[in-house]
Amino acid sequence: MSPFGRKNRRSGQQQAAAAQPGAVRLSLSRTARRAGMFCLLLILALLVNLTRVQVVQAKKYNDHAANQRATIARYSQPRGDIIVAGKPVTGSKTTGNSLYRYRRSYTDGPLYAAVTGFSSQTYGNTLLEGVEDDYLSGSASSLSTRPLLDAISRSQVPGGDVYTTIDAKAQQAALNGLGSKRGAVAAVEPSTGRILALASTPSYDPDGITGTGSAVTQQWSTLAADPAQPMLNRALRQTYPPGSTFKVVTMSAGLANNVVSGVDVATDSPNPYTAKDTSTAITNESAGDACLNATLEYALQVSCNTVFAKLGVDVGEANMVRMAQAYGFNQSSQTVPVGVVRSNFDTGLTGQAYLALSSIGQYDTAATPLQMAEVAAVVADNGTLMKPMLVSRITRDDGTTVQTFGPQTFSQPISSTVAAEIQQAMVKVVTDGTGGNAAIPGAVVGGKTGTAQHGIGNTGTPYAWFISYAKPSASAPSPVAVAVVIEDGNANRADVSGGGLAAPIAKAVMQAVLNG
Amino acid sequence: MAAATIPAPAPVPAPGRVRSRRATELMLTLFAVVIAVYGYADVGSAIDGKVPADTVGYGVGLGVLALLAHAAVRLRAKYADPLLLPCAVLLNGLGLVVIYRLDRATATSSAPSQLMWSTIGVALFIAVVLFLRDYRVLQRYAYVLAFGSILLMIVPIFLPAVYGAKIWIKIGPLSFQPGEIAKIALAIFFAAYLAVGRDVLALTGRKIWKLELPRGRDLGPIVVIWLLSTAVLFLEQDLGTCLIFFGLFVVMLYVATGRIGWIAVGLVMVGVAVVPVALWEPHVHSRFVDWLYPMASIEAGQGANQLAQSLFAFAAGGMLGTGLGQGHSYLIGFAVKSDWILSTFGEELGLVGLAALLLVYAVVVVRGYRTGRVLRDPFGRLLSIGLATLLALQVFVVAGGVTDLIPLTGMTMPFLAQGGSSLLTNWILVALLLKMSDAARRPGLPAEPGVLAPPSAPRPTAPAPQGDDGGAGGDDDSDEGDEDDGDEHGTRAVPEP
Repeated sequence: MSPFGRKNRRSGQQQAAAAQPGAVRLSLSRTARRAGMFCLLLILALLVNLTRVQVVQAKKYNDHAANQRATIARYSQPRGDIIVAGKPVTGSKTTGNSLYRYRRSYTDGPLYAAVTGFSSQTYGNTLLEGVEDDYLSGSASSLSTRPLLDAISRSQVPGGDVYTTIDAKAQQAALNGLGSKRGAVAAVEPSTGRILALASTPSYDPDGITGTGSAVTQQWSTLAADPAQPMLNRALRQTYPPGSTFKVVTMSAGLANNVVSGVDVATDSPNPYTAKDTSTAITNESAGDACLNATLEYALQVSCNTVFAKLGVDVGEANMVRMAQAYGFNQSSQTVPVGVVRSNFDTGLTGQAYLALSSIGQYDTAATPLQMAEVAAVVADNGTLMKPMLVSRITRDDGTTVQTFGPQTFSQPISSTVAAEIQQAMVKVVTDGTGGNAAIPGAVVGGKTGTAQHGIGNTGTPYAWFISYAKPSASAPSPVAVAVVIEDGNANRADVSGGGLAAPIAKAVMQAVLNG
Repeated sequence: MAAATIPAPAPVPAPGRVRSRRATELMLTLFAVVIAVYGYADVGSAIDGKVPADTVGYGVGLGVLALLAHAAVRLRAKYADPLLLPCAVLLNGLGLVVIYRLDRATATSSAPSQLMWSTIGVALFIAVVLFLRDYRVLQRYAYVLAFGSILLMIVPIFLPAVYGAKIWIKIGPLSFQPGEIAKIALAIFFAAYLAVGRDVLALTGRKIWKLELPRGRDLGPIVVIWLLSTAVLFLEQDLGTCLIFFGLFVVMLYVATGRIGWIAVGLVMVGVAVVPVALWEPHVHSRFVDWLYPMASIEAGQGANQLAQSLFAFAAGGMLGTGLGQGHSYLIGFAVKSDWILSTFGEELGLVGLAALLLVYAVVVVRGYRTGRVLRDPFGRLLSIGLATLLALQVFVVAGGVTDLIPLTGMTMPFLAQGGSSLLTNWILVALLLKMSDAARRPGLPAEPGVLAPPSAPRPTAPAPQGDDGGAGGDDDSDEGDEDDGDEHGTRAVPEP
């Protein structure tokens, strides 16, 4: 019914009037009603258009990159914390800016930068701050205890806390050990896969880049322009040729596939070794002819390239690849939950020469420090590889648990028997071989040094590696396995060796864990 | 002007008792005050976590204003429509709430001055209600009002542009938009002019194809208004005022004459004026471009422009809104409390709140039209319809602009937006509607002006059971629908030949 009145029913008298000349137009009330309808149509058009903007296309506008609302909401409350050994290593500070009210702060930024990453109002979130952002920012739906009510009332849920597996002392030892050298440390607990330390140097203080403004962009440009790449997480995001430390994997393949029947059995290894399809011989660093037909134990102890190069060829491409992958190589999307770059062992190698080089951790073989810590961990954990994990628990702001993460087995690359044999050889490396600097009085330490060539024609300063594990006693389970890499462009080339530069750092980290 | 003779009101005995509905008005007005006070408290508790200390003061202030207005209505417009005042109080009160809310977001203080303007607005409302004894007096001053307001509108052309448009007169700290009050003056002028001239405009013309087009010589007035609107558009870059002037005139012309031909002529003339300006005048052109591509500035890497920010605000509000004080419409930046105030309503009250708000406007518009239907004299009819249309057009042009339905025009939402001129104008508009509704419902309606009805012709003393559409509230409808029988005529007595 028209709100503007009705149309008139004409009486006879009015019809008579209509017949009068000059009365042929529409009546005022008729035209007024139409004009009124027009006015209501205008308002109806507004409502239809509002429905388009506020309901139909709302998501498009809400998710628009230029819409600041999501960002404002994110920074309108303190962010949840990242917790190491029961203590938060992060915080939130008011910015004084009314738009983005809280910025991230770090209690000990450089120490944990490789773990936390940063949460910046200008540059986004990385590492744990990135992958656990939904929980830390409070947007994860599981943080809400009253999801429906919160959705209707649009109340904001406080950010949750992320508990890491990091051991504060091991982390500190790693950073102290690396000091001003360029390199990385990764340490895991072999029986669980819990990551105990992740360090990358030079480190940086993420606290300086969390806000907005010119000071922040200035700081960022400085960090980004630094040739030492302080913001690069070398423990997880950089691969290096593992060099001799990879011999542990080759040894595993040889023993597991029965190419060699035991660590103390003499091998059939020439010195120097020249693969069939090449004329370039592989030689050894160590003097004399001790590597000729050496046992695996001795070959590991003095790091015979010839023995392990030939062993890799004897094991064969397929079995080498299988073993490397069982150890965790070639995973293209590994997360801990922070993403870890792929460690590589070439597949489909047709030439023996390349397989030989790959088997001693050269050619295209490349590994992250975390990957090499896993190699040591497999040996220490009697042949089982646990999935590395950095987060143990996520809680709500009130302390109640949202999610707990337990140990998960990744693979069983070698039997416990083979693992025991390799342990025996690795212990020898520390007691009698190249890894003497890692020895800890009163503890059983197994290790392997590595000095990896790199660069065109191997002209770059070599990378110094050390991987190891420690046990309080021979029969006890190992609480820590560690990998250290040093890439020091400034060091004297001759001084760069796994045993010299890297082993002391590994020792410090293991000691920190052993001493609890 | 011929319509100058106004016969003394000749009271005719009322056919039964007409309720004054003042109690309804009082209850609704107080309810409107309560809603506004609640909104004020809600803003405070959302932002500070506690009810603002001056909530009572604000409530008392608004309440006193509302009660004074109500008292004036009781005194001098006893039979006025009971919905008009509550709607105006509600809109003004909500406007104050949102301006206060935006004050808090922008660290400014506009609410007190808006409250002062509201006070002046209500004072003018009261003045109109008390001192305008008979609205038909306005017919006498139609030309004076029209020329006066045109003169006022010419002044800003010679003043420097403020915010890209030459529509302001600035005297010291006070600024005034003559275009606002000119709208009412022009509505009065149109009503007076059409009340007299509508027979000529309606009944002469030549038929071209299916359209009954007006004769050339009758085009004079529409050409004058067109020139005026176009001048506003060209010289003041004020697309909104131009559209409203012209839209108002075309609608009133149609209502008065019932001829579609006028609308056709009007649309062509609007097109002739607007299209070149939209294409070539930079200020207006940019508005058209924004309308078509609201996100273009983002894609160009310059960040979201005001229209994009407004759309973000509306979208963020969604169905139910964020709640008062919890949105981020301040991101719109400049003029967020005036031109863009509706975006804050949209974000914080949601589609539901906006629908309610638009319905409040619709109620005022509908009531204006009803008054027009009931009134006897053509001037009154045209004026109340004109004023209601004016309100509807303003709401459409402003709300359509900030929601990307039509190009943005930089006008202010009636009653809600910050801005003294607009607020005063709309209080006067409501006062006029209210006076006319009082005249319409008053028992013993005065006789029509002599010029249009035989002075001796007595009005029927009782509404005919069927036929006359003058019965107050008579809304039953038995043959709605066939709109096109053009020979239906109204209730107006046609002079004997």
